[in-house]
Amino acid sequence: MGINLQKVERFRDEIRLMTLKELHHLGFGHYGGSLSIVEALAVLYGEVMKVDPKNPNWEERDYFILSKGHGGPGLYATLALKGYFPVDVLYTLNQNGTTLPSHPDRNLTPGVDMTTGSLGQGISAAVGVALSHKLSNKDNFTYCIVGDGELNEGECWEAFQFAAHHKLNHLFVLVDDNKKQLDGPTKDIIDPLDFEEKFNAFGFYTMKVDGRSLEQIYDAIQRGKEQSNKPVAIILDTIKAQGVPYLEEKADNHHIRPSYEDEKAILAVINELENILGKVVS
Amino acid sequence: MIQTASKNYEIENTEMRQMYANTILELAQKNPNVIALEADLMSAISTSKIAKQIPNQLINCGIMEANMMGVAAGLSLTGKIPYVHTFGQFATRRAFDQLFVSGAYAKTNIKILGSDAGVTAEHNGGTHMTFEDLGLVRLIPNTIVYEVSDSSMLGYLLRKIEKEHGIHYIRTIRKNAVKIYNDGETFETGKGKVLREGGDVTIIASGIMVVESLKAADQLKKQGIEATVIDMFSIKPIDRELIVKYAEKTKAVVTAENHNVIGGLGSAVAEVLSEHCPTKMKRIGVREKFGQVGKVDYLKGVYQLTEKDIAESALSLI
Repeated sequence: MGINLQKVERFRDEIRLMTLKELHHLGFGHYGGSLSIVEALAVLYGEVMKVDPKNPNWEERDYFILSKGHGGPGLYATLALKGYFPVDVLYTLNQNGTTLPSHPDRNLTPGVDMTTGSLGQGISAAVGVALSHKLSNKDNFTYCIVGDGELNEGECWEAFQFAAHHKLNHLFVLVDDNKKQLDGPTKDIIDPLDFEEKFNAFGFYTMKVDGRSLEQIYDAIQRGKEQSNKPVAIILDTIKAQGVPYLEEKADNHHIRPSYEDEKAILAVINELENILGKVVS
Repeated sequence: MIQTASKNYEIENTEMRQMYANTILELAQKNPNVIALEADLMSAISTSKIAKQIPNQLINCGIMEANMMGVAAGLSLTGKIPYVHTFGQFATRRAFDQLFVSGAYAKTNIKILGSDAGVTAEHNGGTHMTFEDLGLVRLIPNTIVYEVSDSSMLGYLLRKIEKEHGIHYIRTIRKNAVKIYNDGETFETGKGKVLREGGDVTIIASGIMVVESLKAADQLKKQGIEATVIDMFSIKPIDRELIVKYAEKTKAVVTAENHNVIGGLGSAVAEVLSEHCPTKMKRIGVREKFGQVGKVDYLKGVYQLTEKDIAESALSLI
């Protein structure tokens, strides 16, 4: 059974559109790292994960933890489109009293499985969830997106050692390898060297895919599910601010307060996606 | 007032670590959701027996306290009840942000035993001696913080918190305490235990300082001074009513803790008194010092944590 590409492409475009619209409505935010995970979110929530938006705490669900919590706006767009809460709630992002803070809060937002934002911590919680299911002989999957910059944090590598030791084969770690962190290129700040080699050395079943390719992400997850002895790492070769070419080129695109030129580029992509999709929200 | 179990300050037969391990084993055998977590200190706290009997319910996380705290949070998301043990300084100083964010802020359910309270870290010395843990955990919203004084209390509280959601921190020594409570004694969160009544001064203590305070009260009695001694094992929430009641009655309060005077019991009592019943008080505890190696009795002298220090402070207030 392969990916329903047409369906997931549309979902991807909807997520990107609503991520841009909510951030644009707010006027500033983590554009770069929200946009680079759109494809992964589209595959996970569109095709892969067993979830029930009407019953967010369903015990049989697959879990998703966004360890790189600053990608929250991308996750919120996904959850809203999936039906966890009304899409127009997205326009409350970071407003006073909102249920959608910069970084996900499991006590505020339906569908958010874990509170994250302090980098390195979500992956430990994901490992705990995966361990819990293994101890109870349950087959739920746990998916966790970590950032390439986040992997500076030592706690991530503690968690990876733990996951491999406990053979948490239902844990999928997706690395958003967008090559940049807040202060600049990862290779200039803390050179990550080769993530594939590192994850292999840490005992993961590791694959590297084009993080813009829905098919490659989907196929990697299916391949990961076929093995039974190791946690799975999928290195997503992504571009920070993926899908907005002008922002992709921008050196400083982690947190953006759009300039006039940025604004034009963002509105052009919003316009283009709305033309493809028809307006998602009036 | 309750009757203390031993008049002559007898050392208990059961070590605190044995009580911890036995109680967690009992809880885990009854409830498959109870999971004990260790960070390579299983042997130090005697939980190896759990690993032998029900290996699936004892997870040795290795020397990675930050990850252990996060794993505990993750386990609790799926209905498990994690009991985490490590030395107090690792549970709090080292894994503080994990305890704060993945624990309290995320409203997960984690029971933490921080062992080797203060000077009882003895030969592990300054790196391992925590005088800050109560203060650190007390600062985090909605946490429950205890310092236990004997094994009956420890066993009771470990059982009690199994059914209570939230972040519970229990500070303990690992070895034998002095027996204070009779088996079957019950303990309520936010309620101190009055162990001795006297109208001249109130001594409020926790952990190993409870016995020092009882001994100080014995000394004071010889000088005609009658002291109330309260075991304030529930540091947070603290028993405001009881503190105010005895402050009003005795007009003088001494606190005694094997901890920094900033942040722990002394601070908590001072906060209550200054807001609700301004009263002359002195705090016995560690002042602006790090730990060091040494035997408990020596260290009590170094940090001025002895019955004599408590009695002298009491006298100075009267």
